[in-house]
Amino acid sequence: MNMLTEASIEQKLSPMKNEPRIKMRGDKVTVHYGEKQALFGVDLQIPEHQVTALIGPSGCGKSTFLRCLNRMNDTIDGCRVGGKVTLDQEDVYDPKIDVVELRARVGMVFQKPNPFPKSIYENIAYGPRIHGLTKSKAEMDEVVEKSLRKAAIWDEVKDRLSESGTGLSGGQQQRLCIARAIAVSPEVILMDEPCSALDPIATAKVEELIDELRQNYTIVIVTHSMQQAARVSQRTAMFHIGYLVEEGPTDKMFTNPDDKRTQDYITGRFG
Amino acid sequence: MVSYAFALILLLTLVAYFAARRQASVVGRSVGASMHSRPTYHGFNAAIWACAPPLIIVLVWVLFQDAVINRMILGLFDADRIAAMSSAERSLLISEIRQLAAGRQFGTPGEDLLAAAQTLNGWTWLAHVSMVVIVGVIGALGLVLGVRAIAPRYRARHSVELSLNIFMVFCSFVAVFTTIGIIASLVFESIQFFMRVPASEFFFGTRWEPQIPIRADQVAGSGAFGAIPVFVGTFVIATIAMVFAVPIGLMSAVYLTEYADVRVRSVVKPLLEILAGVPTVVYGFFAVLIVAPLIRDFGTGLGLSVAPRSALAAGGVMAIMLIPFISSLSDDALAAVPRALREGSYAMGATKGETIRKVLLPAALPGIMGGILLALSRAIGETMIVVMAAGLIASMNINPLDSVTTVTVQIVTLLIGDTAFDNPKTLSAFALGLMLFIITLFLNVIALSIVRKYREKY
Repeated sequence: MNMLTEASIEQKLSPMKNEPRIKMRGDKVTVHYGEKQALFGVDLQIPEHQVTALIGPSGCGKSTFLRCLNRMNDTIDGCRVGGKVTLDQEDVYDPKIDVVELRARVGMVFQKPNPFPKSIYENIAYGPRIHGLTKSKAEMDEVVEKSLRKAAIWDEVKDRLSESGTGLSGGQQQRLCIARAIAVSPEVILMDEPCSALDPIATAKVEELIDELRQNYTIVIVTHSMQQAARVSQRTAMFHIGYLVEEGPTDKMFTNPDDKRTQDYITGRFG
Repeated sequence: MVSYAFALILLLTLVAYFAARRQASVVGRSVGASMHSRPTYHGFNAAIWACAPPLIIVLVWVLFQDAVINRMILGLFDADRIAAMSSAERSLLISEIRQLAAGRQFGTPGEDLLAAAQTLNGWTWLAHVSMVVIVGVIGALGLVLGVRAIAPRYRARHSVELSLNIFMVFCSFVAVFTTIGIIASLVFESIQFFMRVPASEFFFGTRWEPQIPIRADQVAGSGAFGAIPVFVGTFVIATIAMVFAVPIGLMSAVYLTEYADVRVRSVVKPLLEILAGVPTVVYGFFAVLIVAPLIRDFGTGLGLSVAPRSALAAGGVMAIMLIPFISSLSDDALAAVPRALREGSYAMGATKGETIRKVLLPAALPGIMGGILLALSRAIGETMIVVMAAGLIASMNINPLDSVTTVTVQIVTLLIGDTAFDNPKTLSAFALGLMLFIITLFLNVIALSIVRKYREKY
């Protein structure tokens, strides 16, 4: 799947020729945090090589759904997930699935940039190293450079790879985190409000980056910014108090939504 | 008499507080809402005015009163006679007079001494009375000034803040000056020691036999003050203790923060911390009565010869004492690492172990090192366990199954019983203490610089 030619990418991207393949699928996903139910039977398909935006007011379950996709909810005490989540038709909650491998295939970028308190180089090398993806120092150097280039931050940090990642600006840190996620060659990248801690200029850079990354990765992004959802995504899913309200192509969602609540939310009448 | 002074100060302070508060609310009511500070602040401000200056006076007074009176008493005697005395003789004279003044009479003292004692009593009484009077006057003056300062725009809030700042500076300097005082006392006695025993013998000598001949012709009476064997003993025991305590403490901290569920943690953590509260004497007899025989039986079973008091027993038991220091501080350091870093690592597909090794431990390193350092200082300075469990004979060996002695044990034995501050046996305790102090200080500096270099700042 990683060996797509330019032509086949074009083909995949063009909905006219054929519908894009479904990369991930949520099937009646429910989540409980202790006694409290946070998601009520969400059915959602994530098409390959597209950006899917999850929108909705705070506490609506969009981040919770996102964290089901790479089983990050496992790290929260008292969290139970029901229903089915698949990655390439494989059930990710199947006991046979190794969660460590799953997370290498489904990477994640968080709301607040969280670079490790290590050097920029070590931040990127962390993933490849724990998964044993490289055999030599030269190969690792290459992976680091490639990841940083893909995350559009190489030119800014190439002369100070040995400096601490926490010394970068907020926007640079977030792109470093994206580079870190890319370094293990994931298939899907989950982004949980990746721009909410960034200024408008850094946000623009990250959005640009998301658009480029779509060529190679499938992206799911949670956002509170309607404009951002409209700018970067091809499909949008609207959540409200634990339910999926509706989902569809972004153009349609923003111009002619089926559900009144979506319209109200998008136009700013509630949320 | 000093207690009268303190009672007076307390009284003035309370009066100042209530009077000023009252006055301030009266002023406040008359000018409306434009008072800068609330009445309570005016009250505190006046109280500080009324108590701080007299308190300082009392402190200084108490510090210098005796010295001044001593000097005046010496002035009563014939100047030539005093000038001919050595300082030791002079202080002997003073203490004799003071004994007489306190009503403890031995033998038949001379007329002049009795007269001096009477004068001394008179002066002391006068000094106390004048102190109380001065304190009262100054305190009352402060009270009046404090109350009169009250005005709508008077910034009592800032003034109180400033006084608190000064007080806090004073408090922190108390610790600093105490440290300096401790070092000074060690240094002076050590200098005395090194005037009697050559430094080269102390630092490089390999025999530690700190006895002093009572008679000149005594057989085997000459002592040897080579500190190396004693420090080797300390080193051996501290190493044994750290070898056991660091891994156990660190691993239990990792388990408690990362793996244990809340219920296990809420039981195990307090239990671990109880270990820190066990008196070291109890550890000591635990070591002597249980651990040492156990090690001995076990060693004999393996065909090894184990001394009845072995370094291993003392070090091992000391390790148990140190575990809570390391685990508790490491636990706090690990728990303080932001959740975002853990999630970042998990999201990369790292396992729990990888996350702990590569992200959490480096990020928590300063706190962990702090715990280890604290434990190491305790290990080097620990006395009771080793006194009971390690032995007294200074031998140059690093066999953990043999009996060794440590610096602290030697200091204890040197200072127990009759002490004479003019012979090297007693004075050597201070030299050992100073060395120990310098070594722990040095260790701290090294460890802190290591932490600064390798810490990963989140």
